[in-house]
Amino acid sequence: MARLGDRIAEGLVFLAGGAAVLFVALILIFLLREGLPLVRYYSPIPFLTGAEWYPLSGVFGILPLVLGSLLVTAGAVAIALPLGLAVAIYLAEVAPAWIKDVLKPTIELLAGIPSVLLGFVGYAVVATVVKNVFGLPTGLTALTGSIMLAYMALPTIISIADDAIRAVPDDFRHASYALGATRWQTIRAVTVPAAASGILAAIMLGIGRAIGETMTVWMVTGNAAVIPTTILQPVRTMTATIAAEMGETARGSDHYAALFAVGIVLFVMTALINTGADLVLHRMKKKYE
Amino acid sequence: MDQRIEVRIVGVSLYYGKFLALRHIDLDVPANQITAIIGPSGSGKSSLLRTINRMNEVIPGSRLEGQVLVSGQSIYAQNVDVVEVRRKVGMVFQRPNPFPQSIYDNVAYGPRIHGIKEKRALDDIVERSLRRSALWDEAKDKLRKSALALSGGQQQRVCIARALAVDPQVLLMDEPASALDPIATLKIEDLMRELRQAYTVVVVTHNMQQAARVSDWTAVLMPALDRAGELIEFDKTAKIFTNPSDKRTEDYITGRLG
Repeated sequence: MARLGDRIAEGLVFLAGGAAVLFVALILIFLLREGLPLVRYYSPIPFLTGAEWYPLSGVFGILPLVLGSLLVTAGAVAIALPLGLAVAIYLAEVAPAWIKDVLKPTIELLAGIPSVLLGFVGYAVVATVVKNVFGLPTGLTALTGSIMLAYMALPTIISIADDAIRAVPDDFRHASYALGATRWQTIRAVTVPAAASGILAAIMLGIGRAIGETMTVWMVTGNAAVIPTTILQPVRTMTATIAAEMGETARGSDHYAALFAVGIVLFVMTALINTGADLVLHRMKKKYE
Repeated sequence: MDQRIEVRIVGVSLYYGKFLALRHIDLDVPANQITAIIGPSGSGKSSLLRTINRMNEVIPGSRLEGQVLVSGQSIYAQNVDVVEVRRKVGMVFQRPNPFPQSIYDNVAYGPRIHGIKEKRALDDIVERSLRRSALWDEAKDKLRKSALALSGGQQQRVCIARALAVDPQVLLMDEPASALDPIATLKIEDLMRELRQAYTVVVVTHNMQQAARVSDWTAVLMPALDRAGELIEFDKTAKIFTNPSDKRTEDYITGRLG
């Protein structure tokens, strides 16, 4: 009987795992089916390298969109990484228990705020601040998007990095203290390096969240499809482009296919980031085997 | 006794919160000897060991009364830097706990945090420490490999090398062989006898044969009725194991107690 139960459980788990893979594959197939017909209207080289996105005139250069996405994401990571790591270290190593008990659930709650509401805040508050601080004609810039995305990625980064740091065995900390290390030396030279793989996973998840985020960036980045030269000008991301223009396209048109092609590029980029993270993690683990 | 005393524990009581873990311990640890602390579980052996490098302070709510002197200096005095105490009094833990870093980085960790940066100096310290912990021949070709790739006994010797690298006067060992197989255990014991030449060694062990084999002096701790650990006897190891003066010591070492 127990054997049969095992078999059934095994089968169910296998089915569930298989279904997950299947769904991802189906999404990819769907994207390819809808996006690849673009080659009939527009060839891949100018699509990938063109600096102009004029869909109504049939010009589909996605370089400004790709660079817009990368710029906003890079800015978000630059803000969220030091901040998130600092908060995680504080939570895991410094904060007294009661502060931890209040702070961590609160931070995790932030992850549940609908992105359109954060878009409001970004539009009304952060954009104004950015505009005034830098004396810009408009506050709807890549930086505004980065700030909002950093805010959205922070709960993920903090929560997972905190778990990773806390999972480091006390043995290591005690060994370090016993050698005369201070708490800060221990954190810097032992605890954080020992938690590096978990922290890296946290960062990668944060990046994944940032690059795929649509609603907030659409609302706060100004949506000008030009190649950005500074972080203080409006940009348009791949995600915002798809969201904004999908409703205006006729199914099967060149514009429709172009938006799906943008989706393919986005998919590939996220897959590359994830694979890169996996590789780094793997190499780190191997180093200490 | 014309022995020089390296560590002097004077009237030490240790509390964890309200719980009294050690009651009024007086113990003089002779220099360049191996002193074993034995006693049943819960008698405060590890706690007593940790008062000598102030590692008891890592546990929140711990409080110490009395004094501990290392080379004549009170280590709990107001103006004493705990970093300096722990540099002078090294420690090896029960479970081998090398950092998840290379063998070299493990051994160089202490010197580095105390400000040594030149590669030449670090190389020298690493080699000298690994030689002293009898690991050099096995490890010299894989210094850049992870310390976690070593066997348990080798890992423990990395930990010993790491402790020696900051050039301590006293080496505390908290059941250093309890997680190791018999052969690795004998190696660690041989090593302890070597280390005695240069260091004062205090070792906690629950293994009576080990205490008898390796130590020169033995302190016996026993929990009182309120579970507070008390020092019931301290003498030459040979005397403790052949002709103890306290009945409880005899009962404990012959296996009738604890």
